[in-house]
Order: sequence, then structure tokens, then C-alpha cells
Amino acid sequence: MTNETTHALAFTPEDLPKGESFLKPHRIVLILFAAALIVAVAVLMRWDWLPRYLPRLGWGILVSMVMLFSTSILGFLLAVPLGLVQVTGPWYLKGLARIFCTVIRGTPLLLQLWLLYYGLGSLFPQFPAIRHSFLWPYLREAWPYGVAALTISFAAYEGEVMRGAFAGVPAGELEAARAYGMSRWTVFRRIWLPRAIHRALPTLNGETVLQLKSTPLVATITVVDVYAVISKVRQETFLTYEPLLLLALIYLCLTGILVIAFRYFENRIPTRGV
Amino acid sequence: MTSTAQAIAVTDLHKRFGPLEVLKGVSLTARQGDVIAIIGGSGSGKSTFLRCINMLELPSAGRVSVHGEEIRMKSDGHGGLMPADRKQVQRIRTQLGMVFQNFNLWQHMTILQNVIEVPVHVLGKSKAEAIETAETLLRRVGLYDKRDAYPAFLSGGQQQRAAIARALAIQPLVMLFDEPTSALDPELVGEVLSVIGDLAREKRTMILVTHEMKFARDVANHIVFLHNGVIEEQGSPEAIFGAPRSERLKKFISSIH
Repeated sequence: MTNETTHALAFTPEDLPKGESFLKPHRIVLILFAAALIVAVAVLMRWDWLPRYLPRLGWGILVSMVMLFSTSILGFLLAVPLGLVQVTGPWYLKGLARIFCTVIRGTPLLLQLWLLYYGLGSLFPQFPAIRHSFLWPYLREAWPYGVAALTISFAAYEGEVMRGAFAGVPAGELEAARAYGMSRWTVFRRIWLPRAIHRALPTLNGETVLQLKSTPLVATITVVDVYAVISKVRQETFLTYEPLLLLALIYLCLTGILVIAFRYFENRIPTRGV
Repeated sequence: MTSTAQAIAVTDLHKRFGPLEVLKGVSLTARQGDVIAIIGGSGSGKSTFLRCINMLELPSAGRVSVHGEEIRMKSDGHGGLMPADRKQVQRIRTQLGMVFQNFNLWQHMTILQNVIEVPVHVLGKSKAEAIETAETLLRRVGLYDKRDAYPAFLSGGQQQRAAIARALAIQPLVMLFDEPTSALDPELVGEVLSVIGDLAREKRTMILVTHEMKFARDVANHIVFLHNGVIEEQGSPEAIFGAPRSERLKKFISSIH
């Protein structure tokens, strides 16, 4: 029992194979095959353009990451009240939250992005009040519309996830919190919310990976993220496969980092029998 | 009977769930040092009665006082009652250490974190002080070596002992036990009962809803037999188990044995 507990407390990526298990014959063949493929890609394909674009690629990755993190965090902050009012709110807030989640989840993100950018974005300049406000320098840019669309989308999907997570926290644990004199706010802050987030973490992990792969859509409204940089490379060098392969590799690496980071947080509180 | 000696006084408590009246006027006084066991068949209203004391269930009518202070109630507009002052209820709840049938430990916290949670975040104690008290309590219930484990990794008996330590950590005036052994495997019941028995022997005030008749007889100084929402009979353990007067109590006792 004690061993089991301490083992689960430590961070162990259990589903990664151990070092010695790579040495099975069929795995060695596969590893050699993969190595040959990488060498072939490196030698036979054209990579001479890479150094020239490296600074821009780095900047593009940074823009993608900023897009991902800002919209995930802002979206999650919206998702918490969206989920909460669907579980405990008065009927009108419950209805509003449900309508919001249904409409946003029921329409393509690309459509929302274009409605915001080409729709709202072209309406704003007609109002002198907006044109003269301190917000105007930002509203003239494309990225605020990208952030807004991605945030709204994440909030709607995660609002549903949090609704389920809040509803799934055992009533007895909340009752115990109340029985010991916790105020509603303390119950929420100390018991309900952390418990719900812990339950939702595996789902949030997958959703954040999906969010990462939604970020290239902002390239369609002139935000220069890593996808836009690669498109530029393709236009200028007339190469197709090399830039796209590199792009795939970049997204794979980012996804891997996200998954490992989430798993670290999941393992901080061990769960039994999963 | 002075009000200071009076730990809990419940007067003419009624509880209705829709058309169903579960409690039909129950009164009970617990003085300090009393160990009161509430027995009765399922559906007799005994758990509901216990949960009305700390307002986890809101009574439809009646009065509840804790340590001489009456919980102020007002009409909820639907023929029932609700607390007039939520802050007062929260303050009074910190004097009542509730132990649940299903333990209800907070699963995202270690055992130690469970025990210090209320002292630190409700009672405003310093973390160091709370940890010191908690470790003493965990030693007492035999769980010191499990203090950094999460509840899911403990047996039912261990979880219930941890839940008792959590309740003791608020230094309650009265302990309320709501069928504390009903969710346990038979071989784990003993360890929990022995902890509760120790508390009873040190004259800690407690009200205990239980199915363990032998245990109730051993530790309680007053037994209350609830039937269909009224106190059918009450008295000393000797009187209740030795010379039951009402037919229903006789039937109940013979059905248990």
C-alpha cells in the first residue's frame, strides 16, 4: 500500500517504454528504418533555405505559443463561470450559458473568426467614438480578433467540460465542507473548484492540444504565426514538402511538451484504479 | 438545567419532504458529557434529525440551540424555514464535528491537508499550529504514517478514522456521528468503533446515529428510539435494552438480535 502510494506520487511517465525494452529485435529494425528515413529526408531534400528563415520561424513559433496560452487561459477563466452557472445558476443564466455554448460549438471556428474580423472589424471604423478611443490602435490590428475568436471558442468547449466536472464532484464532499462552517465562497475556492479541475485535467489536456491546432486559422486574418511563416517559405522557395514536414515536426514537438506538462499536473494528485 | 451545561437543545422539530412528514415533533436535549445514541429502523428519521441539528437539512418547524444559542430562522416562503443569518449558522457549525456515513474526505487533499483544512481556512489558525494539532490527532487514531497519503489509497476504516480526526481538529463542542460504520466492511467496523468508544469514555459530548446496538449499549448514557418520526421511547441503555416498554421497541430489538 505504502509503496503503491509513493510510486504514484512520483512523476513517472508509465506509458513510455523503458530503456532496455528498446533492444528487442523488431524494435531495432524499426529504429534503423526511422533513422534511415530521417537521414534520407535530411540529405535528399533541400534544407538550404532554413538558416535564412530561422529568425522568422522562431518569431512565428512564439506568436503561436502566445496565441495558444493567452486564449487557453482567458478561455478557461470564462469557462469556469460558464460551467458553474449551468450547474447551480438561476434559470436565465443557465439558459444564456447553454445558448452560448451551443451556438459557439455548433458553428465553425473559421466562420467565427471571419465574422469577428471582417464583420465587426469593418464596422468599428464607422464609429468615431471607437476610432478615437484608446482601444483603436489595437482594434486596427488583426491579432485581437484572433485572440477573441480563439478565446470564445475555448470558453464554449471548456464551459461544457467544466459543467460536467462541477456536477461530478461528489455531493458528500461539498456537504462536509458546509458542515464544518465553510462559507459558499470558501467551499467553491477550496473544495469545489480544485476538485473539478482535477477531474477535468485529462480532458483539458486533449482540448488544449486541439486549441494548439486551431491557432493556424489566425493566419487567414493576416496574423503571422508559425503556419503563416511556413506559407511564406513555400511561396518564396517554391518548395512544398520540406516546409510542411518541418511544420508538422514543430506542431508535434509543441504537442509533446503540452502533454508532458499536463501529465505532470495530473500526477501531482494520484488517482486510484484508473 | 443551566444553559451552559446544555450542549444541544432541539425543541419540537418537524421535517417535511413534500407531502411526507419525516419528523413529527422531536425534542432532545444533550448536556455536556452526554453520549446519546439514536436508534431506529430505516426511514425512522434518525439521520434526518441529526442533519437538522447543523442545518444540513432545514427543519420545517421547531427550534435548535447550540450551547444556549438559538439558531435564528425565518420563513422560506414555501411553508418551511431557512436560517435568518447565514453567518450565524456557519459559526455554529464550527462547534459541531460531523462524521458521515461515507466519510466524505476531500479526495484532492492528503489526509493531513484534510485535517488542517478547516482550522486554517475557516477558523484562521496558523498552519504550523494546525499541523501540530493534526499530527497529534492522527497519532491518536493511528494514521500518523498515512498523513501524506490521499484518501483513495486508504481502506474504509482508515478513511473513517481520518474523518474523525478531521472532525476533532475543529475542537467541537459536540460530535455528530451519522451511521459512521454503515458503509464499512464488517472486519473494519471494530477499529472505527474503538476510536469512537475512546472519545465517549473521555466524556466528549456526542450524538450518534447507529445500527450497532451492542456498541450503543456500551458507550451511550442515553438511548433514543425513533419510530416514524417520533420518539417512541427513550432512557438509559439498561432500560431500553433490558426492559423495553413499547411493542415497537421490543419488536425492533428482537429483529436486530
